[in-house]
Amino acid sequence: MQALTNRVKVLEQKPMTLLERMYLPNIAKGMAITFGHMFKKRPTINYPEQKRPFSPVFRGLHILNRDEEGKERCTACGLCAVACPAEAITMEAAERKTDEEHLYREEKYAARYEINMLRCIFCGLCEEACPKDAIYLTETFAPANYTRQSFIYGKPDLLIPDPKTQPDAFAQAQGKLEAHKANMKAKNEQ
Amino acid sequence: MAEETKMFKVTIDNITIDVEPGTTILQAARRIGGEVAPPAMCYYTKLKGSGGKCRTCLVEVSKGSGADPRPMPKLVASCRTTVMDGMEVKNITSERVIDARKGVVEFLLLNHPLDCPVCDQAGECHLQDLGYSHGAEGTRYEFKRRTFSKYDLGPYIQLHMTRCILCYRCVFTADQVTDKRVHGVLDRGDHAEIATHIEKALDNDFIGNVIDVCPVGALTDKTFRFKNRVWFTKPVEAHRDCSKCCGKVTLWQRGDEVLRVTARKDEWGEVNEWICNECRFEKKKTSDWVIEGPTKVSRHSVISQGHYVDTVKPKETIKEVMGGRDPKLLFDIHTVSEVNRPEIDLSEINGPATSDVFNAKALKSTQS
Repeated sequence: MQALTNRVKVLEQKPMTLLERMYLPNIAKGMAITFGHMFKKRPTINYPEQKRPFSPVFRGLHILNRDEEGKERCTACGLCAVACPAEAITMEAAERKTDEEHLYREEKYAARYEINMLRCIFCGLCEEACPKDAIYLTETFAPANYTRQSFIYGKPDLLIPDPKTQPDAFAQAQGKLEAHKANMKAKNEQ
Repeated sequence: MAEETKMFKVTIDNITIDVEPGTTILQAARRIGGEVAPPAMCYYTKLKGSGGKCRTCLVEVSKGSGADPRPMPKLVASCRTTVMDGMEVKNITSERVIDARKGVVEFLLLNHPLDCPVCDQAGECHLQDLGYSHGAEGTRYEFKRRTFSKYDLGPYIQLHMTRCILCYRCVFTADQVTDKRVHGVLDRGDHAEIATHIEKALDNDFIGNVIDVCPVGALTDKTFRFKNRVWFTKPVEAHRDCSKCCGKVTLWQRGDEVLRVTARKDEWGEVNEWICNECRFEKKKTSDWVIEGPTKVSRHSVISQGHYVDTVKPKETIKEVMGGRDPKLLFDIHTVSEVNRPEIDLSEINGPATSDVFNAKALKSTQS
């Protein structure tokens, strides 16, 4: 058979030497390695108490973004769904009515938007495909659960809190609740 | 015996072909096919008088004819220039043409809003294709793009004037396919816009064809508006007995729902046969149509994305292995998912779905 690459190594199977046939020296060698690890730094951590920081490029649970005025950015263009290799994203679009202009940024918006977290592989291609900066992957795990039903994430699960109407929740989602509260207090005192 | 017409020998991108006198360079190039054919935004074979407006089909004539071998000094619009015997044309082999076409794309996109994520034409838009294959990525335009006051063209056709590139195809269609034209291009220059004089609805029986001829998303189907993206729908050839037209159409289906009906198009994106409004807008049930089979879609088109052909569903073996017991269904997606509910027909709504529709849907599904 012709090799596809030149990196193929041919293994030679030689008969064992006397030293190898005795086994004991090799067992001692292996034990030495095992005991040696006792004096090394432990790589494991006690997870729930101790946490490792996420890498800045970590891809976790999705969010649907809003703009500064609290309007939903998603326009249901379907590029995330077509980019999704796991076919986890589905959506249904609707036309914005005149009294809904404060809710949605564009003429068209996603009336329904669902990500099936059972299918999602967290590859981040949806984030890359989005032309409207609407979908982002955050630094959070998808929580585990006993039922499959809870893994269908709809718009209520994905949308971030509105910075205009729910400033507290918005600050909390950003992890800046303390700073936000202090800020508000200072403002009130003025 | 019929007198034999003399054939003209024309060489396009070093490929020689014999064509009848009076053929345009564009038609000769399309006869060769493939990459040699220049793109065309305004020219339409079936519409008399179309062409010569968009300048995307510019080619270089490096040898005028066998008798007069001088090259033409400027690039010519291939849709309006007829071939001469012994003519030599350069399309993709000419640097000048590629560069000029890039400029033309930039001009066409000057005022184009780039709202492709919202636009229903995205995925089958000729300007999108042209932009991807010939344009530059960024824009150098710093000014406000032109906007227009909204015109309502009736219950079937949605006009987005900002997307229009003024190709005049819809005007020619109304002139040549319908018996009375009520819309046209009003005003001049930057202000030129497609409109009816004092708002009128376009209601001629064949006026729906303007949707198919529109190379961009300026004229789109209101009954399909925002229902789904083109590439999530499945094109299927179908026909029905129609008293007004040929009744041969392409259905764009989602599951068993017919979301949109269009005329069949050839490889250049031109309609094969015009269809009437009844077929296009009112027959949105699968039972109205005799289905012939899936439409052939280019493998490189976004429309072929996620459509699996020749899939073989493997035989369910669990029942045999488990001694006749059916596999236990752990989870039916429709018990949780709110998208694509089987009891809801988007195709039955006339216009685009709004929040009313979806709220009503939520009510309906909780009641049942």
